[in-house]
Amino acid sequence: MILAVEELEFLYRNRKILHEIAFSIEEGEVVAILGPNGVGKTTLLKCLNRILHPKGGAVHLDGNNLFDLGTMEIARLIGYVPQRVETGRLTAFDAVLLGRRPHIKWDITEKDLRIVDSVFRLLSMEKLRLSYIDEMSGGELQKVAIARSLVQEPKVLLLDEPTSSLDLRNQVEILAIIRQIVLEHGIAAVMTMHDLNQALRYADRFILLKGGKVHAHGGAEVITPQVIEEVYGLPVVIGEIAGMRCVVPESPEVALVNNL
Amino acid sequence: MHFASGAVPEDYLLYVRRKYFWIMGGLLLLFFMLVYSISVGAVEIPLYKVIQTLLGQEPMTRSDENIWRIVWNIRLPQALAAIVAGAGLSVAGVVMQSILRNPIASPFTLGISNAGAFGAAVSVVVLGTGKVQSTVADAVIINNPYLTTMASFLFCLLATGVILLISKIRGASPEVMVLAGVALSSLFTAGTMFLQYFADDTQLAAVVFWTFGDVGRINWLELEIMTGVVLLAILFFIANCWNYNAIDAGDETAKGLGVDVEKIRLIGMVVAALVSAVIVAFLGVIGFVGLICPHMVRRVIGDDQKYLIPGSTLLGGILLLVSDTAARLIISPYVLPVSILTAFMGAPAFIYLLLRGYKR
Repeated sequence: MILAVEELEFLYRNRKILHEIAFSIEEGEVVAILGPNGVGKTTLLKCLNRILHPKGGAVHLDGNNLFDLGTMEIARLIGYVPQRVETGRLTAFDAVLLGRRPHIKWDITEKDLRIVDSVFRLLSMEKLRLSYIDEMSGGELQKVAIARSLVQEPKVLLLDEPTSSLDLRNQVEILAIIRQIVLEHGIAAVMTMHDLNQALRYADRFILLKGGKVHAHGGAEVITPQVIEEVYGLPVVIGEIAGMRCVVPESPEVALVNNL
Repeated sequence: MHFASGAVPEDYLLYVRRKYFWIMGGLLLLFFMLVYSISVGAVEIPLYKVIQTLLGQEPMTRSDENIWRIVWNIRLPQALAAIVAGAGLSVAGVVMQSILRNPIASPFTLGISNAGAFGAAVSVVVLGTGKVQSTVADAVIINNPYLTTMASFLFCLLATGVILLISKIRGASPEVMVLAGVALSSLFTAGTMFLQYFADDTQLAAVVFWTFGDVGRINWLELEIMTGVVLLAILFFIANCWNYNAIDAGDETAKGLGVDVEKIRLIGMVVAALVSAVIVAFLGVIGFVGLICPHMVRRVIGDDQKYLIPGSTLLGGILLLVSDTAARLIISPYVLPVSILTAFMGAPAFIYLLLRGYKR
């Protein structure tokens, strides 16, 4: 067990956004946080590395209680890829080098440069090294953001909708990279997602949020038409195409009209 | 997770080395400009004499003594004041642009300059510290410069304090800070106009004259204070360059990298405001340098704060020194206040850079 969350509770202006959140994650696992817009998926992600401050509960990482650690110490354990990545007049290499911030004392060292270089190789991005990030496509930029979180040398990666603005090919590429790195380096990844089919394909476990609580949580077996309808308020059918499970809304017009 | 297989990429090192060369070139240019600036003016001094005098050679002849006096009492303090003020305003600007995530942030944006001008106006009009002389070259003197400087400095601090207070209540978000600054700026401008409306001719002239920022009004003691503050601020900003890089990548990325964004933003604001306040209080309002120099440097060496901060510091010093030298030469023997020249010289250069785009 690498990450354990106990009874996490988050308030925003005295309104309960998240409560009774508990789950644990093993090494080598990719976990998808699912749920409708505004349910608190991103909030949950940010509570895990204390970008937001939960009101109660605990997050244990490798036996440490995160709430006892400083922000720099947390950043050496958890990498975070936000939904929106800002650009500037920086080369990709410099942008990724920034991920060494939690390890930098006064200035970067040769070791930092080596680590950045090996992550560029790992993600097959050597050619992008000196490209300016303000001239990059969305897919390239997302890779830079992921590379930046990897040079933090984290034990857990948190990704907020890593594929939301990408085309199909880039979605598959990014998720496959995450999947591969998690397996090869024995870390864990937690990501919020909207695309249930991509989640089914690339995640090992699923946390479905509803009303600020964990509605269901477990392996692929928890993704049933009934659970999906309870969470998203929309009837779905789950079938198999080419050996892969797929979630498809059940004749959407009828469903939505019936719900009105 | 550990990565050790990588090498240090040559092409990146080359890219970084280019930035070093730009900065080294800037240093050389600054030194050359310093010597040149001291040599020109109403009395021409040959370059080698300037260097001899600066190196501390004792004057032998009467004319050498005059040169010694001109260099050490008039031109050197003025040139150094231009360098230090330009560097300070520019470095304050580059840091404000980063922590406020706003390309038009500068000591002006937050109302600091206008607050300083208002403070000087209060001193002149209400406390009666201004009068007019009849010579053309030095038409107006402030007969109690220390009181005027103090009043100006206090109002700069007041403006900063109000912005920080608002940030404390509403959270240190860049939008709140910038908008509060714009509001304060207008408020102080209105306040200055109000005082000017009721001022007599003498006071009015003194207030207007004060707002023309001029590096010629500094003495050695003031120069030492200003240099100390600016140097400390530059060191502080350089020590924080990775934090500013992180904030440039977005607040959430920065927080994910362990950076306490709100704290860095508040402290950075206080230091930048303090530097601006000291410069404005001693020299008056000098616009443009703090806003434009960082953008000029961005267009040549990019947004990496590790190079952008030293680069902006240097270019700020160079631009203000060049402006001040030009201000002494254009309608010689009359001397223009440098604040008029900074925009005249800087704006066309900057528009050229805007049109040309980034250096590849």
